[in-house]
Formats: sequence, structure tokens, C-alpha cells
Amino acid sequence: MKEKLIVIGNGMSGLRTIEDLFDIQKDKYDITIFGEEPHLNYNRIMLSYLLSGEKTFEDTIINHQTWYDEHNITLHKGDKVIKINKEDKKVISESGKELPYDKLLIATGSNSFIPHTIGSDLENVIGFRTKLDSDTILDLISKDKTAVVVGGGLLGLEAAYGIAMHGIKTILVHRSGSIMSQQLDRTGGRLLQKNLESYGIEFKLNTTIEKIEGKSKVERVTFTDGQTVESNIVVFATGIVPNTALAKEAGLDTKKGILVNDHLQTSDKNIFAIGECAEHKGNTYGLVAPLYEQAKFCAKKLAEKDSNGYTGSTLSTRLKISGVDLFSAGDYLGDETTEELILLDEKVGVYKKLVIYQDKIIGIVLYGDTADASWYLKLLKEHTDISDLRTKILFGKSALSGDTGHGGDDISAMADDEEICGCNGVTKGCVTKAIKEQDLKTLGDVKQCTKAGASCGSCLGVVEQILVNTLGDEYNDTVEGICDCCDVGHKVIKECIDTNDFDNVYDVFKKLEWKTDDGCIKCRPAINYYLLVKYNDVKYKNDKRSALINDRVFANIQKDGTYSVVPRIWGGLTSPQELKDMADIAVKYDVPTVKFTGGQRLDMLGVKKEQLEPMWKDLNDAGFVSGQAYAKGLRTVKTCVGNQWCRFGTQDSMQMGVDIEKMTWGSWTPHKFKIAVSGCPRNCAEATIKDIGVIAVDSGWEIHIAGNGGIKVRVTDFFTKVETDEELFHYIKAIMQFYREDAYYLERTAHWVERVGLEYVKDALLKDKANLDACAKRFDISQESAQVDPWEQSRKDGFTKEFSPIVIAPENSESFEAKERV
Amino acid sequence: MASWTKIIEVEHIPSMGSRVVHYGEIEIAIFKTRDGSIFAINNECPHKQGKLSEGLVHGTNVTCPMHNWDIDLKNGEALGSDSGCTNIYKSKIENHTVFITL
Ligand SMILES: Cc1cc2nc3c(=O)[nH]c(=O)nc-3n(C[C@H](O)[C@H](O)[C@H](O)COP(=O)(O)OP(=O)(O)OC[C@H]3O[C@@H](n4cnc5c(N)ncnc54)[C@H](O)[C@@H]3O)c2cc1C
Ligand code: SF4
Ligand code: SF4
Ligand code: FES
Repeated sequence: MKEKLIVIGNGMSGLRTIEDLFDIQKDKYDITIFGEEPHLNYNRIMLSYLLSGEKTFEDTIINHQTWYDEHNITLHKGDKVIKINKEDKKVISESGKELPYDKLLIATGSNSFIPHTIGSDLENVIGFRTKLDSDTILDLISKDKTAVVVGGGLLGLEAAYGIAMHGIKTILVHRSGSIMSQQLDRTGGRLLQKNLESYGIEFKLNTTIEKIEGKSKVERVTFTDGQTVESNIVVFATGIVPNTALAKEAGLDTKKGILVNDHLQTSDKNIFAIGECAEHKGNTYGLVAPLYEQAKFCAKKLAEKDSNGYTGSTLSTRLKISGVDLFSAGDYLGDETTEELILLDEKVGVYKKLVIYQDKIIGIVLYGDTADASWYLKLLKEHTDISDLRTKILFGKSALSGDTGHGGDDISAMADDEEICGCNGVTKGCVTKAIKEQDLKTLGDVKQCTKAGASCGSCLGVVEQILVNTLGDEYNDTVEGICDCCDVGHKVIKECIDTNDFDNVYDVFKKLEWKTDDGCIKCRPAINYYLLVKYNDVKYKNDKRSALINDRVFANIQKDGTYSVVPRIWGGLTSPQELKDMADIAVKYDVPTVKFTGGQRLDMLGVKKEQLEPMWKDLNDAGFVSGQAYAKGLRTVKTCVGNQWCRFGTQDSMQMGVDIEKMTWGSWTPHKFKIAVSGCPRNCAEATIKDIGVIAVDSGWEIHIAGNGGIKVRVTDFFTKVETDEELFHYIKAIMQFYREDAYYLERTAHWVERVGLEYVKDALLKDKANLDACAKRFDISQESAQVDPWEQSRKDGFTKEFSPIVIAPENSESFEAKERV
Repeated sequence: MASWTKIIEVEHIPSMGSRVVHYGEIEIAIFKTRDGSIFAINNECPHKQGKLSEGLVHGTNVTCPMHNWDIDLKNGEALGSDSGCTNIYKSKIENHTVFITL
């Protein structure tokens, strides 16, 4: 008979213990798990992404039902254990189950701490802890009410960010004078705050909530600074309380948490406690990494294997807000006995601080550049003497070896025992070993097998670099084919096209031994694109039959098979006459919906295919060309009003937007491409989420690249600053051309830059003037054949003829008459 | 017995493209594959009624423009892991003219 193991709490630490136990020993126990929440085991960390809309709940599930089934684990979801009877070794659940155990593991986590304030017992005053909390927040927030978040720690900031991402006015109140005061010093806090304010979060520091009012639900909140706001939700992120009630009542020793020894045993040797509910040597932990460390030792004990036992953890944190890089660890404040090494560049937004005690790092704060976080953490954990490194250490590891090359080189310099995934305690060596021994080829494989990157995901970039480094050339050879028609990846295809002369896509297929004659929806448009970029539309004619529908008929297909028509409105500027012309045309064709697009253009939706040709003609006659709002190419250049009208404007962003659009329109790119120009750093054109963002500053223009406002928002990287308009044009051309040639088809700039590294792009264009000029030149050449209005062209060359249906009247069909209506 | 209905001269159907035929309430897509063969199929994807006429043609298949299901033009069946079927019509070319049975 197997022994019976019951786990109370279907959360992160309990389940991790079971997974670790299975790694050592599979069949020692019959396992039953009780979980109060009605869900499978999910990754609580990712609730922040769930709130901000960057992940779905499905993405956060760690173990699916099949995992429980495969391991014969009985899971009672939505059933809370209400009593432990340690004398009889039994637990009793809310639904009335009474089960005996041999070993019991308490992993009940903690509850949100909601301080007692006037009105804190009202409905909709909640914590941020569970899926239910996240759902409640999403249900309640609304555009006409301010959301209030209390607590400027990690959790509070993530909650506020998650809410603000939905365009909700969010106020974050924090008792002390600087945010993340638990993890950051004041300078770091200030930089972070500045960054978060740009997302629309309003901060009230040195303030707290005075009262919350409302009948039964929250209606109004008053702060200690006297301000009152209309609000219907207050989220407290002011701390957690270990969930010890059950253990206390059962007579186990508790203080702040349930007391455990180095093997995670409580005062009853058959009962273990782990995670946030446990207290070890006076410490309770509220982060995953230490809990996972505990799980290792707890699993060993459950498997009855010897180990030295758990000795406590060093805490380190990363903030999971897109576009914010922040890392801190150890004693980041220091005292009079410690020294500090500091590097601060406010303009770029980089701050690094190392706290040194007796030539050893004891505290780390990194903001804006966390590339060396794991290296510093390793030096800290190993108490390495850094006196020899002092003068260079703040510039990072690459500065030591004198190597300023790509990220990839840094990875090879990384020691095998350096930790890359803090959440799961995975070292570089561990990943390399798994890749080699288990023949892993993809990021997904590595994630699954080593767990690196499987929690908060912030280390996935590093994991991928290790994969690339370990497999070397093989990585390229083993990438899966771009579709089922072939075994080759984009890189090989591009090389083949570069080194051969092809005049159609089918010859490329032949040369690369395609398994199909005509390719498919994935490969044919890609190869058509590569050929176009290589030869331009003069030597190689865009093969319409290899383009996707939108790029083939120059309009966006909508869900009902109708199209939307978007004329170009240069820089978003129009005139009364243009508006009137467009309105007349919309009326003439009975356009059901007219809408402003996110890119400041007018969208006429619901146009039938056979209406496209006459409508285009009317638009052309009125002076419009296609807005290419369908294209894998330049779509819009968005602008703010700039110094022509705005009292803050430092440059003429409207004219600049028009000029840039006139220069870049018509060009094809691997994916859709958007540009924006703002007249000052207030950035009203939202340039920092565009493929290229241009922001005017007093002394010229800043160029930012690789932003994305799509499913996963990505803020641009600062690329360079230029003084004159001519330089700006030159850089934009070069950047676009380099992207056109270097990226894979359907790869947005954001993904491209993340794949190749910002440094790579900078090296290619900023450090290599000849290449910069050459790229800009090639862009100019390609534009000569690309700046042709596709509407006009396809009307003239007769392509639109096929847009009209062939109408056959049933009554006439016998007569074999067919008439074609054009 | 269904009769052959004359549609249009075959050169008016673009290679690897399609034309749409309206016959009363019915909408039919006529495709020409790269080797010049003709296929007629109900212009409705079995998934969510996407207009197959707007899809990309490869081999004797068309990929629906809406959510990329692949449909076999020979029998109207969805390919791969998708399942569903749409009506097909018999077609022939005589004297450079396309006929289908309605
Ligand atoms: C929004 C958010 C973001 C976070 N971000 C990070 C981060 O970036 N990095 C990081 O390291 N940590 C982060 N954390 C903290 C991390 O999620 C927790 O430290 C970790 O989940 C704790 O694990 P646990 O197993 O102790 O508790 P939990 O994962 O909370 O699991 C406890 C489970 O026990 C259940 N339970 C309680 N009582 C009973 C009972 N009587 N019967 C049955 N079931 C019961 C609870 O319902 C719960 O599901 C975050 C937490 C939140 C809420
Ligand atoms: S970005 Fe600056 S110049 Fe442009 S509208 Fe906003 S405040 Fe004015
Ligand atoms: S976000 Fe884009 S894809 Fe989604 S509904 Fe809107 S337009 Fe369509
Ligand atoms: S409608 Fe055709 S794939 Fe969805």
C-alpha cells in the first residue's frame, strides 16, 4: 500500500513540491490535493499580465488536467479544507470529505492584507491576489470612474499598470515618499515613477486613504491630502498575511507564519508547510524563487532522501511591466559601513547601484538596463571579492572582457553556474546540458524541459540566446521549415534568393526542393516579398496571385466579405474640400460605416467588391491615392499638431509627418509599418509605440524604433538623435531599408529587434556610415518603382475587371447566355 | 437531370485566381489552377462563410482568406485538422468556354 499524501492548497509552492517529488520518486504516495479556488494550478505571477490583457488565463495554467490524470492525482477543486485533525491524521473539507493522510503538506499561501480604514468593509474594496480578484477588477473598471490602488510596491504598481492599460484613470497612493521603497532606493523610485506616469498613472506619495464612502459599494474615495474622487473600486496591495488559521487551530506552532525547520517540517513531523504560509528562521517569503528553493528540500524529505536542508534565500525582484526593466536584490539601501557604486544617466533612463561591504556586493539596484542582473547576483551570492573589478564593474560584464559586441558573445562569456531564470533557479549550465542531452531545438522545448522562462518569462530572451549559442549553425539548420511545404527556415530561403537569380516564386521552390508545386499561404507571399525587395517592381513584377487578399485587391477584406477603403491623408492632415469630396463619395456608394482609424485616416467600411473600381476612380479623380491601410508596407505617419498650433511644440511635426509620408509611402515592408511624429516630448502622436517614432526636441529630432501597439504593447527603443531634417530623412530611409532586407517576412520591427538585438541594428547603421548611406540609397531606388498608386494602376491595367461578378439569371440560363456586368 | 450552363470564356478566369458567378441566390466561385484546370465551388467556406473566391490558390486547393482553412477544390472538403465541406459543381471547358452544371 502506498502512503497517502494530502496537499492543502493547489497553488504554486504546493504543486512545485509535487513536481520535484516526481523528479526523485514517482510512486511513493497516493496524492490528493485540495484547492479552495475553482481552477487548475495556475501561475499567480501572471495575473498581472492577465489584468493588463497581455495574456489569457489559459496562458497562465501550469498543469493541465491531463497532468493530474497522468500522475493519478486526485484534485478537489473549489473545495476548502476546514479542519486538520492531527491526532487522527485526517482532514475535513467544506464539502464534507473526510480523508486520512500519512503525510500532510500545507501550502495555503497568504491573503491580501486590507488595513482597517473608514469604509474598507464596503463592497468592491479588494486585494489583488487571485483570478477572482483580477476578474472583479476587470469587471468594475470603467472610463468614467477613477480606479484607486493603494500601495506602491511591486504588486500595487503592476495592478495600477494593468488597470491603466485599459485607458482607465488610475491613482496610486503610497504612504512613503518613494515608490517600491521595499526594493528600490529613492533615485530608482523616482526614475520608475517618471516612466510609469507616462502610462497615465497618477501618483500620490506621502498620502493614504482617509475614507471610502458609498451606500453598500465604493462610490467615493477621500485621500489624506484632502482630494476626493469618484471611484467604484479600491484595490489594496498593501501586503499579505500568511494563511495560518487552519494550522493554528490544529495546534501547530505558528508565529507570523507556520513554523518550519530546514526540511520544511512543522512542529508535527508528519505535517509540512511550504510557501507563503510558512516561516523559516524568522523569515516569511512572498516571492516565487525562495518558495521553489524550499520545494526542492521539502520534496527530498518527502522522498526520504538525505539533504542538508534549506538555509534561507536572497530575495531579488523584477517588475513585470512591459518596457520597464528593473531589478533589485539584497541590501540595496546600505548604511554608514557600506560604500556605493553608482551610475546614473537620467536622460537615457539608466540607473545602476551596487552596495559594497568589505569589497563584496551586498545590494543591487538596476533600472533601465538589467542585462547584467544575473552576473551581479552571482557575485553577490558567492561573496566574490570585487576589488579588481571596481573601476569597470558598473559598465557590465562585457566591459571587462573589452568586448562590446552582440549579446550573443555575452552569453558565451557567462559561467555555467550563473543563474538565468531566477523564478525557477535554472542555471546556464543546466540549460546547455538539457539542450545537448535531450536534443532540444526550440524555445518551447527548453521551457518545458528545464522550466527556464516558464514563470514570469522575463528571461526568455537569454534562454533563446543560449539555445542559439549552444546549437550554433545547427540552430539555423534545425529551425522548422516556414511551412509544411519545406524544411527550410527564412534564413536559408533568403540566402538562396540572394545568391541566385530568380524571376518567379516557383523557381525558388524548385531550387529548394519544395514538397508542393505551388507552395501555400505561408511560403508564397514570403518568397514573393523577398523577390520584390531584391529586384524592386521593375525587374520582378509583384505576383498578385502570391499576395494575400488585402495586398492583392488593395483593400481590407472584412468579416462579411465586403471591403474597407482608406484613402491616404498625408500626415493625418486634411482640408474641408477633401472631407467634402470623401463625404460625397461615401454618400454616392452608400457606405454604411465611416470611421477614423487609429492612424488618423478615414475608413469607409462595408464596400462591395464590385464597387471598388468605380469608387477608386472617383477618389483618384478627387486627388486621393490608396492609403495602403491593408498593406504589408508603410501605412500611416501619424502626427500631433506641433509648433504650428501647440503651445508646447518645438518643431513642425505636421509638416514633418507629411514630408515623411510622401517620402515613404508605397514601400513594402515585411509587415505593416507605422510611423509617428510628435512635436515635443509630450508625445501626443504616441510615437513610442510605432515602428519608427520621431520626437522633436529643442535641438533636433529623436528617432525611436521597434514599438508596437498590438497584442503585446512594446515601447520603442531609443535609436539616435539628429539635428537636421535631412539627417532625419536619411536615417528613416536607412532604417526602413535595413529592416526590409534583414527581417523575415511577417516579422514586425518589434520582434525583429528583439530577435537580432538593438545593438546589431545600431552597429549596422550608426557605426557603419557607408552601410547607412547604401541602405538609404537602395531605399530611394526601390521607391522609384514603388510609389505608384495601386488603385489607379489596377484600374488602368484591367485587373479590376475580375472584381465584377458574372451574373446568370436562372430563367435565361437555358439559352446559354451569359452576360458579364462590369 | 442537371443541365450544363455556359458561364464565360475561359480566358476571363485568371490563372490561380477566380471569378464569382451569381446565379439567383447562389454564389459560385470558379477557379483556375496553375495547370489550367477549372473548378466550381459554392463561394462559402464551411468554417464561417468566408468568400473562398478571395483565397490563395495552390495546387487544387484554396486557402480561405478569413481564417486560413484549406479547402480541396475537387470535393469541397476542408483539409488537415479542420473538418467541413462545401458544395461543388461539375465543370467542363468546351470551345474555350466554361460550363458548369447548375
Ligand atoms: C498579481 C501577483 C503578481 C506576482 N508577481 C510575482 C513576481 O513577479 N515574482 C514573484 O516571485 N512572485 C510574484 N508574486 C507572488 C507569488 O505569486 C507568490 O509568492 C506565490 O504564488 C506563493 O505561492 P504559495 O504556494 O505559497 O501560495 P499560492 O500560490 O497563493 O497558493 C495557495 C493556494 O492555497 C489555496 N488555499 C488556501 N487555503 C486553503 C484551504 N484551506 N483549502 C484549500 N486550499 C486553500 C488558495 O486558494 C491558493 O490557491 C505575485 C503575486 C501576485 C498575486
Ligand atoms: S507632442 Fe508636444 S507639440 Fe505635439 S501636440 Fe503634444 S504637446 Fe503639443
Ligand atoms: S483589434 Fe484589429 S483585428 Fe481585432 S477587431 Fe479590431 S481591427 Fe479587427
Ligand atoms: S471562414 Fe474560412 S477559414 Fe474561417
